[in-house]
Amino acid sequence: MDLYEYQARDIFEQHGVPVLVGATATTPAEARAAAETVGANSGGVTVVKAQVKTGGRGKAGGVKVAKTADEAEQYAEQILGMDIKGHTVKTVMIAQGAQIAEEYYFSILLDRANRTYLAMCSKEGGMDIETLAVERPEALARIAVDPNVGIDEAKAREIVEAASFEAETGDKIVPVLQKLWEVYRDEDATLVEVNPLVQTAAGDIVALDGKVSIDGNSDFRHPEHEAFVDHSKTDPLEVLAIERNLNYVKLDGDVGIIGNGAGLVMSTLDVVAYAGEEFENADGNHPKPANFLDIGGGANAEVMANGLDVIFEDKQVKAVFVNVFGGITACDAVADGIVKAYGILEGHGKSPKPLVVRLDGNNAEEGRRILDEAALPLLERVDTMDGAARRVAELAAAAN
Amino acid sequence: MAIFLTENSKVIVQGMTGSEGMKHTTRMLASGTNVVGGVNPRKAGTTVDFPEGKQVPVFGTVAEAMAETGADVSVLFVPPAFTKAAVIEAIDAGIGLAVVITEGVAVKDTAEFYNYSLGKGTRIIGPNCPGLISPGKSNAGIIPADIAGPGKIGLVSKSGTLTYQMMFELRDFGFSTGVGIGGDPIIGTTHIDCLEAFENDPETVAIVMIGEIGGDAEERAAAYIKDNVTKPVVGYVAGFTAPEGKTMGHAGAIVSGSSGTAQAKKEALEAAGVKVGKTPSETAALMREIMQGLSA
Repeated sequence: MDLYEYQARDIFEQHGVPVLVGATATTPAEARAAAETVGANSGGVTVVKAQVKTGGRGKAGGVKVAKTADEAEQYAEQILGMDIKGHTVKTVMIAQGAQIAEEYYFSILLDRANRTYLAMCSKEGGMDIETLAVERPEALARIAVDPNVGIDEAKAREIVEAASFEAETGDKIVPVLQKLWEVYRDEDATLVEVNPLVQTAAGDIVALDGKVSIDGNSDFRHPEHEAFVDHSKTDPLEVLAIERNLNYVKLDGDVGIIGNGAGLVMSTLDVVAYAGEEFENADGNHPKPANFLDIGGGANAEVMANGLDVIFEDKQVKAVFVNVFGGITACDAVADGIVKAYGILEGHGKSPKPLVVRLDGNNAEEGRRILDEAALPLLERVDTMDGAARRVAELAAAAN
Repeated sequence: MAIFLTENSKVIVQGMTGSEGMKHTTRMLASGTNVVGGVNPRKAGTTVDFPEGKQVPVFGTVAEAMAETGADVSVLFVPPAFTKAAVIEAIDAGIGLAVVITEGVAVKDTAEFYNYSLGKGTRIIGPNCPGLISPGKSNAGIIPADIAGPGKIGLVSKSGTLTYQMMFELRDFGFSTGVGIGGDPIIGTTHIDCLEAFENDPETVAIVMIGEIGGDAEERAAAYIKDNVTKPVVGYVAGFTAPEGKTMGHAGAIVSGSSGTAQAKKEALEAAGVKVGKTPSETAALMREIMQGLSA
């Protein structure tokens, strides 16, 4: 889960990382009030910053320096509601203005390849770090961090030396890196990035902008992270799926997908998209997957019913593909589950959509027999994954 | 031979007395696995009955279980909050192989126990994986044993159900070992570890490698294959149509920026001489051709 900049700022502050005073606003009037308070220590100067979970907001006009509270209000009016790469700005942060002398870069992240953590640091911050990494890799120090040791003083010194900081500046940065490591470790982060980390005209080191990503698997020991969950922007079908405890992702298409196991479902999305290329609906569009839905290796009846329920709720969906490989749960049990799921849905007053079922694996023949005998409305059985994908794409195209 | 798990493997189960542990220990025993003990400090000294008159003793610690039984493999069905402690206990006891089935382990915990294991003689498989099976010999985890029998194909996969699917498609040839390495951002055993072991395993004649979006494990495996693997390798990558920024079920399965796409992985594998199928059945067909060519 990615956090907003203001949430990262708050976390930094809690862990003793030096940050500037900042406050959030969701209306221009709130922005003015915030600017009056926040700007008190910086001669009235504040920075109005769009809060979006994407890069490039500066270029998009989402960051403005305001000399007065009046200006902060005007800028907030411009920025709130702005669209930045598909993200609508609903909140701005009003940050204290600062006299920046130099801009640096620091991050710590998961290094999947080496199965450790990686600290990256540069004297040249502020710019797009991916560009720097490509164009001048020597300017970006990369130091491996042992997860069981972390960034102690010695490691922090190694990092600032690798980034070629002068001794005086390096001495000031070392304790800040140790604090940022504490953020990473104590919050179960997978990314802590500060860009820029600045040195002010007064010589203070400050984390001016921060990005933090939190590992969702650590929620069991971080009940406080619940506050970061962004309910406002979630798709209503995704909300419904979360309520039903389903592993669901909404996509933009017309073929509903249910499968067991994340890999098999991803593979099903691909196979349906390929098959969709062969068909066109009345509007000239190709059928595409409408969602990712993994009902797990077990594939029991209730989960199947919940899954079908959410997918039938999707107005875009014209046809549904249930792709199950009977492994731990054999196909006869899965077929029973589908029959029961229809019963449950009928009880909810839901009418079914065209459904193509592919059952393969353990006890496949018995499972198929159960489905054939049940003769469920609009349900077709196709025994290969590729064949079933073709059929469901054909049905979706014809339904439009 | 087979890799990592053989007919001589003696298996203990950490978390055996929980519901998942019981269910899958029953399955492991039914498929002929030599399950010699369970570990649960609160039930130490008891014995658990399994079908067909089989009895498995419960020990208080992994060390005790190993001392009493000579166990060299542990399969873990321990809840996420306690997984790290359980794996570290297994490492400290000197177990040779720890198979971590548990889903939802915090990545910090995995990073810590994986790095702790280095140089201590324990291979970790997983977490969030179905485990591994050497058909006809031993089954450590949750892969259904009745999908395919013993044979000469080695299989390594990030995904559980795609492992089952592929074993099913190629069941007439059979497998030396099938390893589900898991789809988390940090895993104990990688594609490369398995490729190396399959290359050195005289019983394995060809290898199927299943990957998915996220990270660059498949690209690194491709580079490894180019320089080190002489046996034929067939590949499949799931997630060609997955949009950027959406996590697809596995914690590691997310395309961020330009990295981690299925297309990039496919291209890297093909550049290393790996035949890559567009769908699971096409991948199985490619392997079928290779196996028929080898036996001709």
